[in-house]
Amino acid sequence: MIGFPRTAVRTRPPASLVLPAAVAALIALAPIWYLADRSLSRGWSEVVDELWRDRTAQLVWRSVLLTAVVTVLCVLIGVTAAWLVERSDLPGRRLLRVAFTLPLAIPSYLSAFAWISWDRELAGFTGAVLVLTLVSFPYVMLPAAAALRHLDPALDDVARSLGRTRWRVAVGLTVRQIRPSIAAGALLVALYVLSDFGAVAAMRYEAFTWVIYGAYRAGFNPARAAILATVLVALALVLVLAEARARGRATTARVGAGTARPHTPVPLGRATPLAWLFSAAVLLPALVFPLWRIGVWLTSYASTDVDLADVGASLRSTLTYAALAAVAATLLAFPVGVLAARHKGPVPAALERSTYVAHALPGIVVAISLVFVGVKLLRPVYLEWPLLVLGYVVLFLPLAVGSVRASVEQSSPRMEEVARSLGSGPMRVLRRVTGPLALPGIGAGAAMVLLATMKELPVTLVLHPTGTDTLATQLWKYTAVSDYANAGPYALALVAFAAVPTALLGIRQRAAHHATPVLSDE
Amino acid sequence: MRTHTLRRTVAIVAVSGLTLVAAACGDDESSSTTEAPGTSGAAPDSTAAASGSITVYSGRSEELVMPLLEQFTAATGIEVEFRGGDSGELAAQLLTEGDASPADVFFSQDAGALGAVENAGLFTALPSELLEIVPAAYESDAGMWVGTSGRVRVLVVNPELVPDAPTTIDELLDPQWKGKIGFAPTNASWQAFVTGLRVLRGDDGAREWLEGFAANEPVAYEKNGAVRDAVNAGEVALGLVNHYYLYELIAAEGQDAVVAVNQFMAAGDPGGLVNVAGVGVLASSDNQAAALALVEFLLSEEGQTYFANNTYEYPLREGVSPQADLPALADLAPPALDLTELDSLAETQEMLAEVGLLTL
Repeated sequence: MIGFPRTAVRTRPPASLVLPAAVAALIALAPIWYLADRSLSRGWSEVVDELWRDRTAQLVWRSVLLTAVVTVLCVLIGVTAAWLVERSDLPGRRLLRVAFTLPLAIPSYLSAFAWISWDRELAGFTGAVLVLTLVSFPYVMLPAAAALRHLDPALDDVARSLGRTRWRVAVGLTVRQIRPSIAAGALLVALYVLSDFGAVAAMRYEAFTWVIYGAYRAGFNPARAAILATVLVALALVLVLAEARARGRATTARVGAGTARPHTPVPLGRATPLAWLFSAAVLLPALVFPLWRIGVWLTSYASTDVDLADVGASLRSTLTYAALAAVAATLLAFPVGVLAARHKGPVPAALERSTYVAHALPGIVVAISLVFVGVKLLRPVYLEWPLLVLGYVVLFLPLAVGSVRASVEQSSPRMEEVARSLGSGPMRVLRRVTGPLALPGIGAGAAMVLLATMKELPVTLVLHPTGTDTLATQLWKYTAVSDYANAGPYALALVAFAAVPTALLGIRQRAAHHATPVLSDE
Repeated sequence: MRTHTLRRTVAIVAVSGLTLVAAACGDDESSSTTEAPGTSGAAPDSTAAASGSITVYSGRSEELVMPLLEQFTAATGIEVEFRGGDSGELAAQLLTEGDASPADVFFSQDAGALGAVENAGLFTALPSELLEIVPAAYESDAGMWVGTSGRVRVLVVNPELVPDAPTTIDELLDPQWKGKIGFAPTNASWQAFVTGLRVLRGDDGAREWLEGFAANEPVAYEKNGAVRDAVNAGEVALGLVNHYYLYELIAAEGQDAVVAVNQFMAAGDPGGLVNVAGVGVLASSDNQAAALALVEFLLSEEGQTYFANNTYEYPLREGVSPQADLPALADLAPPALDLTELDSLAETQEMLAEVGLLTL
């Protein structure tokens, strides 16, 4: 039997999911508490004055334009790349899948610096679009690829038997089916572009984050920064709602006995060189170029006094914090993701969306918010590792939530219904059925959080425990004084070690596919 | 069944929600033990010999000032916990922390960030014997912070291309410099200069100059160092930078490799702004004796000589000379400006954006 089953039902969501999801949402909303407190510290009239400026509107427009262009490009590149590595017969596509994932390992500030130090003329809109697209298209590629892999080819066969051409099947049916995954990836890209400062600063494209950083760095006015940041929260809300709309009602779960038949690769035929050309056109600037630039720094600034023990110590703290953040974010994301995938209604939707809102805030705003929360509620751990990890969770929770939700959505709720009908309680179902179903998503989400945390700078800089350095803070320390000889090894270590979870992200999706439980396993 | 579920629910909440809190409590002990030496070492507000450890929030780069802080530790036995960051962002952190701040000292790259912390009432007044070391123009009127080193805006000039260098900013508007001036539009010192220009000439006067400057098609670079390198290489004829960039290049490449020279501005010209890096002691500090000892050390001959020789900035203590060929600070006659007036950078950036000099 083939069809679109219901994956979410309007039943009362169990408290065992709602309560932990509410904890996650509360943590994610911590910055909003700070923003409200700070913004209103000088009264409403100040808020209105600040927001009612021509320049505010103008900068919002510039940010929205950048976000729109980068998101569209990421969708085009990400979906094409996903289709090539999952559905085509392109030789070497497994290796390509990993290669298409690897740009995630390169921090945007590093990529931007690589480009701008190579050609100053790139500055401006073009450069900002270039860098942000190249570092963030994998956010679309990964979920799109996962969704493509899960589609039942039987549907394509039906469409083709009804007289559709392969091309029309690819564009019409396939893309429509994976629309929720594309929308989820596009949302992450859009929120990321809105919040980015490193790339737009290096490229001198004045986006909205400029005025927020300017309020801190040049205006010495955190209240103004807080007021302006609420605009980003509003934009994030709009995007989150738009994504829910774009996600549509299409669902990707299959039902039916047995495992989905593996896909027969679509022969590219004469289009093969074109596919190669596309891959090269993406990977050369996204991966090869920044790596080549780091290599140039390393060799042309040959240094004698780089302390490898220091690099090792920074690497250790980077990996420790990143691992803690990945575990904490995944634990918190699990109930939110399952709830969003399995239950319709205002409460699950509100809880899930709450976790996304802070993702549009620039790192420095999240950092100062955590300072606020830290001195108010968590004084004992202020400037200790638990607060830093909490900061990472606030920043990167959506990465894990999206992954968990997608993988649960792709499995049929019938399995859980069967388990319930056989007498299992809700917790048992969660542990024995939903958990394993979500496993690929949990793994992918954890890897993405790990990766994002390793590269993170602003929150790390403000909240790190005194006396510990991470790769990102060391890199910042040396590039701030243009000491590329010392910066080189840290940049290399950061990219090299970020490449490990990234590559796993590319590889493990394949394995995860085979591990997905299906009804016949029961 | 029902109670069973409830118990499980509680368990899940406890696991996902309270793990962090539990971890937090665990870490609490270690944090208080590491802080203990600092808090117990010296009586607050006493004049007894300072000891223990202090936490310094520093907008000045660790690379530049850490060697000096190590000298301080060697001389006094006071340990320094260093937290680096952008001066303005650290000021925001201090403002948010309020009385709860673990910081004892704020060492800022910029007078504006010090002013923000002063206005929030977070500094404690410095003793007059420390304030007297530095000319009054380079410290807070209320004595809440004191400048530790000065930097002067200059023109860096390639003498092969510019035999007769301008000495006022208005000469830079001459069409002969079209496309030949380098500047770093996002640099804080350049923006401080423009703020000074707005204070000295009013917003209309400043806008007029900026529009003329923009019409002369200056070449934008990422950083001051890049401007200097471009001038030295003859890519542009002259550049607007701080005075010490030239000396950094000479130190790195040797005098023979450097063609460029510094041109100081005429007396009173807005282009010759002098800005300072400075330091203040937090009122909430629980080791003020040690914090003051650091301020004293930064203003001591040893500290001031370090700035002169290692960062090529102007020492502010009388009797300590700058790099050999720098004119004396007293002879520079910078524009008459109160550094605390340089706090309207938001408006400066707005103006720069409007005349097309900030962004693309």
